[in-house]
Amino acid sequence: MSDDADDIILAELNDEELVQQMFDDLYDGLKEEIEEGVNILLERGWAPYKILTEALVGGMTIVGADFRDGILFVPEVLLAANAMKGGMAILKPLLAETGAPRMGSMVIGTVKGDIHDIGKNLVSMMMEGAGFEVVDIGINNPVENYLEALEEHKPDILGMSALLTTTMPYMKVVIDTMVEQGKRDDYIVLVGGAPLNEEFGKAIGADGYCRDAAVAVEMAKDFVSRKHNQMSA
Amino acid sequence: MTNTFITLLESKDALLADGATGTNLFNMGLQSGDAPELWNVDEPKKIEALYQGSVDAGSDLFLTNTFGGTAARLKLHDAQRRVRELNMAGAELGRNVADRAERKIAVAGSVGPTGEIMEPVGELSHALAVEMFHEQAEALKEGGVDVLWLETISAPEEFRAAAEAFKLADMPWCGTMSFDTAGRTMMGVTSADMAKLVEDFDPAPLAYGANCGTGASDILRTVLGFAAQGTTRPIISKGNAGIPKYVDGHIHYDGTPELMGEYAAMARDCGAKIIGGCCGTMPEHLRAMREALDTRSRGDAPTLDQIVSVLGPFSSDSDGTGDDASAGGERRRGRGRRRA
Repeated sequence: MSDDADDIILAELNDEELVQQMFDDLYDGLKEEIEEGVNILLERGWAPYKILTEALVGGMTIVGADFRDGILFVPEVLLAANAMKGGMAILKPLLAETGAPRMGSMVIGTVKGDIHDIGKNLVSMMMEGAGFEVVDIGINNPVENYLEALEEHKPDILGMSALLTTTMPYMKVVIDTMVEQGKRDDYIVLVGGAPLNEEFGKAIGADGYCRDAAVAVEMAKDFVSRKHNQMSA
Repeated sequence: MTNTFITLLESKDALLADGATGTNLFNMGLQSGDAPELWNVDEPKKIEALYQGSVDAGSDLFLTNTFGGTAARLKLHDAQRRVRELNMAGAELGRNVADRAERKIAVAGSVGPTGEIMEPVGELSHALAVEMFHEQAEALKEGGVDVLWLETISAPEEFRAAAEAFKLADMPWCGTMSFDTAGRTMMGVTSADMAKLVEDFDPAPLAYGANCGTGASDILRTVLGFAAQGTTRPIISKGNAGIPKYVDGHIHYDGTPELMGEYAAMARDCGAKIIGGCCGTMPEHLRAMREALDTRSRGDAPTLDQIVSVLGPFSSDSDGTGDDASAGGERRRGRGRRRA
C-alpha cells in the first residue's frame, strides 16, 4: 500500500485539502482516486450537486484551460475525462434523486461521411464534465438523424463535428434544413472540427465555432445562460 | 531490385510530390460525405485524371487515392470487405499513369489514419490496427506501388502499428504526421519526438516528415525542428495551400500558386528533400512549386522571422519543443501522483 512520498490517504485530508487533491488527481487521470474522493465527500454529507460543481467541474475546468493553452494534449484529457466519468457514475443517480439544477443539454454528432469521433468525444466528455446532459448520436449522421434527435431530446444545443474538409460542408446542409423547417431558432448550434474556423461557422449560419473542447464548454455556458435570461425576461 | 522511388531519392536534389486529393476530386464532382476510394472502381477515368494532373504539373511522385482505405474507414461506407479491391484499383491506376509518363515517376501508396484512438487511452488494440494496415499494405503492394506512404498520423502508437504492418508486407515506406495543435500533433507529439521515433523502426522509413496541419509557415517551423535534431534521413514537407475558406458552398484554400512556390523553395532551404502540398493544392500550385525548385538556387535555412514575412504568421507562439516544452506555460495541476 505504501508508495513512498506519493502515498496520500484521502480520508485523512480535510474537505478543502481533499478537493484540492481531487483537482490534482483529475488532472493526472486517476479514476480510482476520484471515485474514492467522491465517496468520502458523500459520507461527509456533501450534496451530490456540490461535489459535482466544486470538486469535479472545478477540476475539469483546469484541465480544459491547460488543453486550450496547449499544455495538455488529447491523451491526458481523455484520461482526465475518464476519471471524471468514474466520479459521475456515482453521482448521476443521486443527482436525479435530489432534483439538482441542470446546466443544460446538448445533442452532438459527427456529420455524414465523417467517422472521426475523437473531437466529438472530447467535447461530450468536457460538456459532461461541466455538468451538461449530453446525447451523443455518434458518427456519420445524415440530416434526418440530427432532426430526429432534436425532436426526441429537445436539447438547448445542437453540436456538429467534422474532421475532414470533405465533410465540413455538410454542416450547412443540416442548418439549411433546420431553417427550411422553421426549427433553426429553437436551438443553439455550435460547430467544431480541425479544418473549421470562425469564418466558416459564420458562413454556414452556426451560432458559434468552437476551436476546441474547452472553448465549446465556455461557449455553451455563455449561450445557455443568455437563452435562459431571454426566457425569463 | 531497382525501385523507382529509391532511384529518384538518390539521384535528385529535391523531389516534388503531389498536392491535394480531396480538393481535386471535389472539383470533379465528388460529393461531401462520399468515399473518394470508391471512385477507384466507379470513376477510374477521374482518378487517372487526378494522378495525371500531378504528373503534368511536374511531380516526381504522387500518392494513390487510398487515404481512407483501411477497413476501419471503409466500414463507414459499408465497404470494409472491399479493402483489397479498392486499394489495388487505386494502385493499378497509378501504376499505369506513372508507366506511361516519359520520365521516372514514383507511385506512393497512401495510408491514412484509422480514425480511431488506440489503447491505452482508446479502444483500438495494437494487434487489430496492425492487421488493418497490413491488409491495406498488401493490396497496395499487389497493385504495384513503389513505396507505402503513411500520412496525417497524430498518435505514435498508430505510427508504430503501421510500421509493423509495412514490415509484414515487406515494403519500403515513408511516414508523415500532422502537426496541427500548438506545433504538436493532436496527441502531443513534437517534431523532435518524431525525429527520434522514426529511428526506432526496422526498417526505418526512407523519409519522414509532416503533412497537412495549419498552413505553410507552421509546417516549415516543424521541418526546421526535424533538421535541428541532426537527422540525416530525408525530410518530407507536404503543407496545405493556406487556410480553408468557405465560398459559395465550397471549401477554398486561400494560398495562391505564388505563395506555394515561395513555400517550396523555403521548404528546401529548411532541409526538406521531398516537397509537396496537401489540402487545397491544385495542379497550378504544383506548377509554381516545380518552377521555384527548378529555377531558384538553394539558400540558407530561413529564420522564423523570414518565414513569417514571406508566408504569414504562425498559428501558435511555440512549436512545443525546447525549453518552453509546454507551449502555453506551466502545468497548472497534477503532481504525477502514482497509484499506490
